[in-house]
Amino acid sequence: MNSDIELLSQIDAYLRGELSASEMVDFEKRRLSDSDFDLKVVEHSNTVLQLSEYAKRLKLTSEMNAIHESLDIQALREEVAPEAPLVRRLWKKYRINTAIAASVALIAVAGTLLSTGYFSKTISTNVSLMRREINSIKRSQNALIKDIKDKPSHGPADPGQFGGTGFALSSNGYVVTNYHVIQGADSVYVQNSEGEAFKVKMIYIDPAYDLAVLQINDPEFKNLGTLPYTFKKSPSDVGEDVFTIGFPRDEQVYGKGYVSSRNGYAGDTVAYQVSIPVNPGNSGGPLLDNRGNVIGIINGKQALADGAAFAIKSTYILKSIEAIPQDSLDDKLVLNKRNSLSGLSRKDQFKKLEPYIYMVKVY
Amino acid sequence: MKKEIKSSVPADSEIVLGILNDSKDVLNRLYVSYFPMVLQLILNNNGNEDDAKDIFQESVIVLYNKVKSGNFELNSKLKTFIYSVCRRLWLKRLNAQSRTVRNVEDFSEFIPVEEDLESHEEKDRQFELMEYALRQLGEPCKTIIEDYYIHNRSMQEISDKFGYTNADNAKTQKYKCLQRLKKLFFQT
Repeated sequence: MNSDIELLSQIDAYLRGELSASEMVDFEKRRLSDSDFDLKVVEHSNTVLQLSEYAKRLKLTSEMNAIHESLDIQALREEVAPEAPLVRRLWKKYRINTAIAASVALIAVAGTLLSTGYFSKTISTNVSLMRREINSIKRSQNALIKDIKDKPSHGPADPGQFGGTGFALSSNGYVVTNYHVIQGADSVYVQNSEGEAFKVKMIYIDPAYDLAVLQINDPEFKNLGTLPYTFKKSPSDVGEDVFTIGFPRDEQVYGKGYVSSRNGYAGDTVAYQVSIPVNPGNSGGPLLDNRGNVIGIINGKQALADGAAFAIKSTYILKSIEAIPQDSLDDKLVLNKRNSLSGLSRKDQFKKLEPYIYMVKVY
Repeated sequence: MKKEIKSSVPADSEIVLGILNDSKDVLNRLYVSYFPMVLQLILNNNGNEDDAKDIFQESVIVLYNKVKSGNFELNSKLKTFIYSVCRRLWLKRLNAQSRTVRNVEDFSEFIPVEEDLESHEEKDRQFELMEYALRQLGEPCKTIIEDYYIHNRSMQEISDKFGYTNADNAKTQKYKCLQRLKKLFFQT
């Protein structure tokens, strides 16, 4: 035990280099001769090495901790920290690309518009032209309402101020015409082909579709019997032959033409364009196809164009009728379901239709 | 790769020399120069400042061991070496925490450092073992061993400090302590 302690002290002294020169020589000699002793030296020096490694690492760590303490971590953090929100990071990354793309798009759009003459004066003249057309169609619509004042003063006394055409919706006295015919009216009368005039009241107006539904409430009025025509629910095709009956003067006038476009003025989907001779007073007249279905109601024509009249599609008449609250009606408004005009010649069709077409007189 | 960290970086050979000489100044400059790079790496990959500190210090220890073992060849930039070590260590730690490791967002090039890390792991184990052994040793053995073998104090100083009547008593005590330490260190 004591020898072991001494041995250890000796080895420690050897490792620390504290031995004198002569002791050193003895020590080396003993290592060479005594392998057991040598093993002990190696073993112990290994332990000491581990200890010193451990010490060095501790020292290094404590030094680094000291350095770390001296650093301004917050400032560093701000310098290198991830720019948190992804969107902002992407924006930062791609904003130049975005700006270039936006500029290119802008230049492309502007260039295209410029090269196609979008900014040139021709467009603005077109615009004013269009406005004029709008005005003119208004004028022509107004013109279709026959100004009865124009009648020669020596003719038969006719107290009506404006006139248009209307036609029966049902046998019990419902009549449809254009809203613009009866717009602003004090009182409205309808007159049949026999010359009998009946007082009517306005049941329903639909300015958007230029439609008005009237009801004859005159004790003189007798039931009309079954209507010969029906209302077409589907849209009519372009090229379909059509005819109308109206009151451009005090007598019924027959006009014939064809559907020339699916849409009305300036793409108005409510109306057809019809190539048919119409004159002031034809407004509100029925537009019928060959089989005697009502496909529309004449409401105007384009002033500066030849043969471009317009008719509100029958589906909108049906919509307006549906919009009338049935409870508010004195008599039920029942549309005719059976057509008795198909297959007849046009002359016979006209004869059958005559009693159902009215002149609308507005006071 | 995003923005580069700008700071006056000491020359690599200067650092290697400084490590061999245990220069505090070089350690300081090494730390100041390269810690931000590692902080950036860790912060951008789900870590915090403490993680960055741990990882960076570990990489410096790897570097020191490598340089001091004498087989350090400067075949890449020191910066790249440190970055690669930190990257590898951080990936490992993320894996250990079984956090989902998507692709690490990189800020620098990197080289394979698996070999260096293997020897480092071995050293790390021994360090931890020594730490454990010393802790188990208890007082006064721990202090005696540390004083003698780490702080290189003489036996006389130690026996004065602990109030042993003579240096021989201290020697005996030291011998006993060392035997216990060896037992703890080599047998665990």
